[in-house]
Amino acid sequence: MALLITDQLIEDYWHLLEDGAEITKSDNNIVSVERWQRDRDELIPRCGQLGILLKSNEPPDLIEDDIYHFNVICLDFPKFTDGRAYSYARLLREKYRFTGELRAVGNVLRDQLAFMRRCGINAFEIPDDANVENWSAAFNEISIRYQGANDNANVVRPDAATVAGDVAGNWSY
Amino acid sequence: MYRYDQFDHTIVRERVNQFRDQVARRLSGALTEDEFRPLRLMNGLYLQLHAYMLRVAIPYGTLWSKQMRMLAHIARRYDRGYGHFTTRQNIQFNWPKLEDVPDLLADLASVEMHAIQTSGNSIRNVTADHFAGVADDELEDSRIYAEIIRQWSTLHPEFSFLPRKFKIAVSGAPTDRAAVRFHDIGLQMRQNIRGEVGFEVLVGGGQGRTPVIAETIRDFLPKRDLLSYLEAILRVYNMLGRRDNIYKARIKILLKETGLDRFAALVEEEWERIRGGALDLPLDEINRIRAYFAPPRYELVVDPDAAYQAARRSDREFDRWCVNNVLPNKQPGYGIVNISLKPVGKAPGDATADQMDIIADLAEAFSFDELRVTHKQNIVLGHVRLADLHTVWQQLDAAGLATANFGLASDIIACPGLDYCNLANARSIPVAQRISERFADPERLARIGAIRINISGCINACGHHHVGDIGILGVDRRGEEYYQITLGGDPADNATIGEIIGPSFSYDEIVDAIETIISTYETIRKPEETFSDTWRRTGATPFKETLYGPAHN
Repeated sequence: MALLITDQLIEDYWHLLEDGAEITKSDNNIVSVERWQRDRDELIPRCGQLGILLKSNEPPDLIEDDIYHFNVICLDFPKFTDGRAYSYARLLREKYRFTGELRAVGNVLRDQLAFMRRCGINAFEIPDDANVENWSAAFNEISIRYQGANDNANVVRPDAATVAGDVAGNWSY
Repeated sequence: MYRYDQFDHTIVRERVNQFRDQVARRLSGALTEDEFRPLRLMNGLYLQLHAYMLRVAIPYGTLWSKQMRMLAHIARRYDRGYGHFTTRQNIQFNWPKLEDVPDLLADLASVEMHAIQTSGNSIRNVTADHFAGVADDELEDSRIYAEIIRQWSTLHPEFSFLPRKFKIAVSGAPTDRAAVRFHDIGLQMRQNIRGEVGFEVLVGGGQGRTPVIAETIRDFLPKRDLLSYLEAILRVYNMLGRRDNIYKARIKILLKETGLDRFAALVEEEWERIRGGALDLPLDEINRIRAYFAPPRYELVVDPDAAYQAARRSDREFDRWCVNNVLPNKQPGYGIVNISLKPVGKAPGDATADQMDIIADLAEAFSFDELRVTHKQNIVLGHVRLADLHTVWQQLDAAGLATANFGLASDIIACPGLDYCNLANARSIPVAQRISERFADPERLARIGAIRINISGCINACGHHHVGDIGILGVDRRGEEYYQITLGGDPADNATIGEIIGPSFSYDEIVDAIETIISTYETIRKPEETFSDTWRRTGATPFKETLYGPAHN
């Protein structure tokens, strides 16, 4: 899989450490929650940069007290219809103040990228044959936000004071 | 009435372009039907038995005449000359071609309309009281808040892939006309002891195969916290709602599994964290939206119009229509006109393009340019001078739109059923047609009085059979269409789910069975009793006896 970060394909120097595999490299391992919970005390001293993968049924409160250990948190979308990780992303950013790389993995579709980014996800595992220009264009198809999410949008639209104006003829204001 | 500004125009225009590209990718083969499916469902486009069906959003059911004329244009240009108004105050077109849909959506966008979130596992079109702004019993116009929620929920990045669809209804009046207890979230405006207006929040209601009456999760929510509280509910649901079984994915099932207290505690905890933040709803913003729903410039009417009263005395048909279909507007001298889309022998909720144009013309000339679609699949002209009623009635009558059956036995709610829908077990429309033919006599309708007959072609309950006085549910019995009857349902303040009365009836028998129930009701009711009153007093026994014979007790 290729990794899309801010409109560019970059080489992924992280790798997934399988639950049974030995810790051969000391850096850039992504581990499962299960592995983390089992080998936490071994992983911390052996690994420099560390990442974790949250499955769609593993909410961030499972790693609430450990978040500062991770440089990358991967959120799995097993099927694109499973939208739990959108909320996990927002909690990680807004409740747990995670500032590292938040990566969408799994069934990541072009037409979901914009929603993911608005929830705080900033890296996307996409198919190797994906056309980067075309996929990156998906971020900007809708330029307007009606609601606040993990971005600066607000309930009150920027031009609220200047609108209304000429409304239907017979209605009084 | 809400009007788009540049902000709204941009979002809808960009959404059309986005979908145009998606359709092009589908037509070129770059997207498979499987990949295209979620994209079209984000835009109200279903694939049904015979063709694509497009559901167009009519936010809280309110339209202006130009929008209704555009619906007529779409019916002519892209469909077969008619449209179907739905129980969620929307309209469906049954025959659009996929390659035409982007142009169709661009036409809609030109009159400030769209099909966003009329399907899919998202927050659906928000519904409200169809008499908002004209009924004399409301605290505030519920459409103000429905519009605020529409904007907040549109293209919501976090809540577009929920476990299941999500429906919100708002009522601004103590008399619930929006069925708030049968929505995923119902918002009922209330006044607290300090006289402030806010919302009672109900959660977990719904119909479908597991009908549930919503429970109160919060007695009073201040208005400024409306969006943060909704977000807290949606976030908890998005994370915890079941995704392993489509039939157990609605919030009502989650509530049953967690219990209201635990669910409420999770919501309150999340809400405490986010309230007062980016979703805080300041009074200025509420007032900005409120301005769009200000009452029209009514004329001061001092004396009742003599010509109107004379017409009612001399024209019996007109008088009957006034009695049945016109309600008082809170403004003296004005009426609320209910245009029945339930003429005898026709499909409930269908209107032809010509009828839509005529209704639009009447709205423009006589009702301050405004129309509403009701969840009972009728159209409302909210502000008609009594002095204009006779003219309005004559024009409606000429267009086949003056059926005087509002709220009566032939004012039937029905889903499209097996004639269109690939989920249905049985036909709904012809059953509604046959019932309306059986009860065509206006004298008989008047004697029976108000009664709700609701028909669903399958357990998904799009025809709201659970909340009809008489509910009819299409079932499949060894490949044949059968109909199960439930009695005693109520969508409103005394929210009740109807009870199954006994074995189901065949397509040929069902109309006789309905007549038996209605005749029984006429025989046993006491003066002033509604069907619900009688049902609560007598229970099922008298109905079972007449339907199935005394042996069944």
